[in-house]
Amino acid sequence: MNDNRYSEIARSGLWSNNVALVQILGLCPLLAVTSTTINGLGLGLATTLVLVASNLIVSWIRNVVRPEIRLPAFVIIIASLVTAIELAMNAWFHDLFNILGIFIPLIVTNCAILGRAESFAVKNTPLPALVDALAMGIGFTAVLVILGAMREVIGFGTLFANAHLMFGDWASALTVTVLEDYRGFLLAILPPGAFLGLGVLIALKNLIEARGKRISTRESRTAAVAQGR
Amino acid sequence: MFRKALSSPYLHNPPFSTQGMMFRVILALLPAAAVYAWQFGWGVVINMLLATGVALLCEAAMLRLRGRPLRPAITDGSAILTALLLAFALPPLTPWWLTATGAAFAIVVAKHLYGGLGFNPFNPAMIGYVVLLVSFPRELTLWSLPMQLAEYSLDLEATLKYVFGSALPAGTTIDALTAATPLDSMKTQLGLGLATAEIMASRAVFGPVGGVGWIWINLLLLAGGLWMIYRRIISWHIPVATLGSLLAIATIFFVLDPRHTPSPLFHLFSGAAILGAFFIATDPVTAATTNRGRLWYGAGIGILIYVIRSWGGFPDGVAFAVLLMNMAAPTIDHYTKPRVYGHGGRDDG
Repeated sequence: MNDNRYSEIARSGLWSNNVALVQILGLCPLLAVTSTTINGLGLGLATTLVLVASNLIVSWIRNVVRPEIRLPAFVIIIASLVTAIELAMNAWFHDLFNILGIFIPLIVTNCAILGRAESFAVKNTPLPALVDALAMGIGFTAVLVILGAMREVIGFGTLFANAHLMFGDWASALTVTVLEDYRGFLLAILPPGAFLGLGVLIALKNLIEARGKRISTRESRTAAVAQGR
Repeated sequence: MFRKALSSPYLHNPPFSTQGMMFRVILALLPAAAVYAWQFGWGVVINMLLATGVALLCEAAMLRLRGRPLRPAITDGSAILTALLLAFALPPLTPWWLTATGAAFAIVVAKHLYGGLGFNPFNPAMIGYVVLLVSFPRELTLWSLPMQLAEYSLDLEATLKYVFGSALPAGTTIDALTAATPLDSMKTQLGLGLATAEIMASRAVFGPVGGVGWIWINLLLLAGGLWMIYRRIISWHIPVATLGSLLAIATIFFVLDPRHTPSPLFHLFSGAAILGAFFIATDPVTAATTNRGRLWYGAGIGILIYVIRSWGGFPDGVAFAVLLMNMAAPTIDHYTKPRVYGHGGRDDG
């Protein structure tokens, strides 16, 4: 275990194996709640919290649970954690809880969480599992927030509306009206807007990667030429 | 001597190139477009020119981005036809940014993101229209009054000022210039429990059969469509199945409850039924391709038009009906493959 390994795990979660952009998992909440930035952020953080706790617990008990019953065991762990999160949000972020509604209990069915338990936590010690969960969760949250911001700006012309639901009353000042006197482009708020937005994000990611690859091949080629001399 | 085998269809002289076909469809559309402009004012012309300009610009930009040759795709007329159909669907007094958004969405998203002409599963003009309809329902239901009903109409300069600056001449409001379409007011009033005869008599927008002014546009569209069938630009299957099924289902419900149901002719000559049946549903890229499939496809559109008009949330359903059946077209084609000669006959296993 060295630092290199952790940075590799983090890179995979945040970028090269991003839950939303590459694995295309957890689409249901991704598409349903990202109509505003704050909704996206709220659900993203809740999912990250569940993911971190479930990865840790699964990693701890990986040598105790027999492989035959591992899936039911994981699902029970995840469901218990989601129930806890749901109750906590109901207590402390009640308005946000009302807006996100059914999508908080549905975190249980987010394949990304069971997917990380099954493909990573069960094969690794707790520390890498924790790093993996954090990276995956933050990668997912980032996409939720960016998609939410895109849809909110295009759909309502604002940014960080309802921020007080999450951060308390002082955060009402965070709301930015990007486009004054905007009629609103409903399509961005409706489900098609989510699909189009996600498509654009995936395309952007692929574009950035393709560009990076092109630059690196060009560099290695010039390096080879330089060495040849 | 060995000749290279070509793929079907084995046309010796294809009757029309894509370009020839597109421009003939545009030609068939023009008389109706002219009457539409005459009835509803300069806004129609501005919409058509603006949509065409934006569509061609977007087409050129997308072709450049995709690294495709510009000339054949720009001159084939498909973008112009898309723009004209979109402009036909839009209200005559539409702010410029609405028309531009619709045309850009149609060309960029509905056409080129799917791979360009020939690869788009959905009719681009209808996608552009539906995007505007679901996003800006208020703007899209403000139709200006036909010539016979308007107290006065905007001249070219005033229309341009409204379209590009949303400024109206002093002393007039948008409400004075616009009214609900015949289909729209029929739907609202039926919802209040009135009988169709009362509604048709009480509102000035209704003529003897459909809306005032609409009947001429629709008759010219019908003539243009029949000419296209005569010239074999489109086959008869889709329009006949669409209008036939619309008339059939409208007749059934009309017979059951004539007091509270609009007549079949009202359905035929109001809204976009004829435009849809001849000019939109027949788009060769997005429609079913086998003849039997075309009948199913058209019938589906006709029934969906009636269902959406009668029980849906929007006054007209042509765009949604066409898009829904576009989605079904590959499946329809799969189940209506024609029998290959020599296989699958009566004696064949």
